Amino acid sequence: MVETVFAVSAVLILVGAVGVVLFRNPVHAALSLVLTLIGVAVLFVLNDAHFLAAVQVVVYAGAIVILFLFVIMLLGVDKAEKLRIEPIAGQRPLAVVIGAGLAAVLVTVVIIGADVLTGWRRQSGERALDGASTDIERIGRVLFGEFAFAVEITAALLTVAVVGAVILTRRTPRGEQ
Amino acid sequence: MTNTFVFAADPLLVGDIGLAEVLLTLSKVLIAFGFLLVSVMLMIWFERKLLGGMHQRFGPTMAGPFGILQTLADGIKLFFKEDLVPDRSDRFVFKLAPYLSLIPAFLAFAIVPLGGDFNSGGSVEVFGHTTFLQVADPPVGILWFLAMSSVAVYGVMLAGWSSGSKYPLLGSVRASAQMVSYEAALGLSVASVVLVAGSLSTHDMVLAQAAEGYFGVIPRWNVIITGLVPFIVFMIAGTAELNRPPFDLVEAEQELVGGFHTEYSSIRFALFFLAEFMNTITMSAIIVTLFFGGPAGPVLISEIAGLNIGWAWGLLWFFVKLFVMLFVFIWMRATLPRFRYDQLMDLGWKALTPAALAWFLFLAALETGRRRDWNEALITLLSLLVISVATALLVRAVRNGRRIAAMQAQAMQAESVSERN
Repeated sequence: MVETVFAVSAVLILVGAVGVVLFRNPVHAALSLVLTLIGVAVLFVLNDAHFLAAVQVVVYAGAIVILFLFVIMLLGVDKAEKLRIEPIAGQRPLAVVIGAGLAAVLVTVVIIGADVLTGWRRQSGERALDGASTDIERIGRVLFGEFAFAVEITAALLTVAVVGAVILTRRTPRGEQ
Repeated sequence: MTNTFVFAADPLLVGDIGLAEVLLTLSKVLIAFGFLLVSVMLMIWFERKLLGGMHQRFGPTMAGPFGILQTLADGIKLFFKEDLVPDRSDRFVFKLAPYLSLIPAFLAFAIVPLGGDFNSGGSVEVFGHTTFLQVADPPVGILWFLAMSSVAVYGVMLAGWSSGSKYPLLGSVRASAQMVSYEAALGLSVASVVLVAGSLSTHDMVLAQAAEGYFGVIPRWNVIITGLVPFIVFMIAGTAELNRPPFDLVEAEQELVGGFHTEYSSIRFALFFLAEFMNTITMSAIIVTLFFGGPAGPVLISEIAGLNIGWAWGLLWFFVKLFVMLFVFIWMRATLPRFRYDQLMDLGWKALTPAALAWFLFLAALETGRRRDWNEALITLLSLLVISVATALLVRAVRNGRRIAAMQAQAMQAESVSERN
């Protein structure tokens, strides 16, 4: 059962990811990104991380990709791009190098074993499990207990970003420039 | 198998899952789907009949007794109409969009508890299996509803875009901006309920509201416990989320022809129509669940001829409450004139979202105070003070913004006049 769900969602994720790259039309690419995100949400559910799955759908599929689509539609770039022109000189060779590097890192991680990335959490796993029943409760306790300061700092950062965005988009009256 | 899946909270799906469990779940899905379809049919008739009554006319009268089969007749007509796909449309997305509207509308309904005797746990016995009278009770509960309503934006947005024409695109941009904006207020008012209930699960929420009320008469509904403000915010934001009047500028006929579904005809149009009314029913059901105790209510007669019918009262209370909510939605449609776009955005961002946020913080302060034995009156006073200061600041900021906008408009006008001279 677990393996079947994993296989199906893995196929969804990969098809979506390949689609993002291969579709000529940006709207189609954004839609296949949604496919990938929903596949990842299914994987979260498979790992008992229900809250993360819900947030994945609400935030990524429901807000971020919608914003992408807004930009695509309002700017009218929903036509196939000309692929001949390179916006930044030397972009393509650089992309090949960086992509190969990333692939090498991923393959190395898979070969060495999952503990490289998740080992720390595995060691301190007992702490997260005490008492709290659902993953929502665990996440809440960790975020607003241990990492409360980090949460506050992030909140302040986001507020600054919002204020900055509002100021940047405001048209000042001509007299005040 | 060590993994517990989404539906783990339902006693039916704890432990081994065999054929019987799968069949029961499947039949719950089918019953819920059938119920939604039938109630959409009745809802459309009810809305037209009631609107007719409020407009001093008859409404549908010809098809069946009281015109009750009108929707069926319309459905058959739509089914046999020619299905047009515009030449300049994006064919795949054009065909996909109606389903993207319909499926979230149904999926959101899955978490609504429909019945059961909540005075004794809320589960029912069916063929020797204990289960809940709801399709699914995921641990994320009400977040599932928010997720589905954010996914529903895709249907509207892509329908407008893929039509390849001007008015549908404008309509869909309006609609998606509106739905995304009001989701903030919707989520924050849900947060108040979650805070009071102490759980995200809809079943637990109903269970909490089924407890003994005040003075033995007033029910322990969240609408009272959360102090009315989240309910009002949710009601308004929910109406906006549904794109129903008075927030139907998405399909303002005078400005946009038919809005995002202008180019749709035949069965595809019917699917959008179906989704719209399914969403209305789901939203009403969610409001009933969140604020009015869902199927919770007194059990007046618990046995007839040896049969235990305690669970049926839950169904009855749920349908009565649902019916009242649907009536209110239609009543609002008949009463209120349509909002202008800037009024809509002002209401969402400058009134509802701050109100929901302030009230949520107030409830959180009260809850914290209750747990730590602080003086309740003092907390209330302090919180109200902070809220009123914040409100004053907000009002000031809004006024300032309006003044500057007016000055800009004046300056631009003066400039264009001087240019003309």
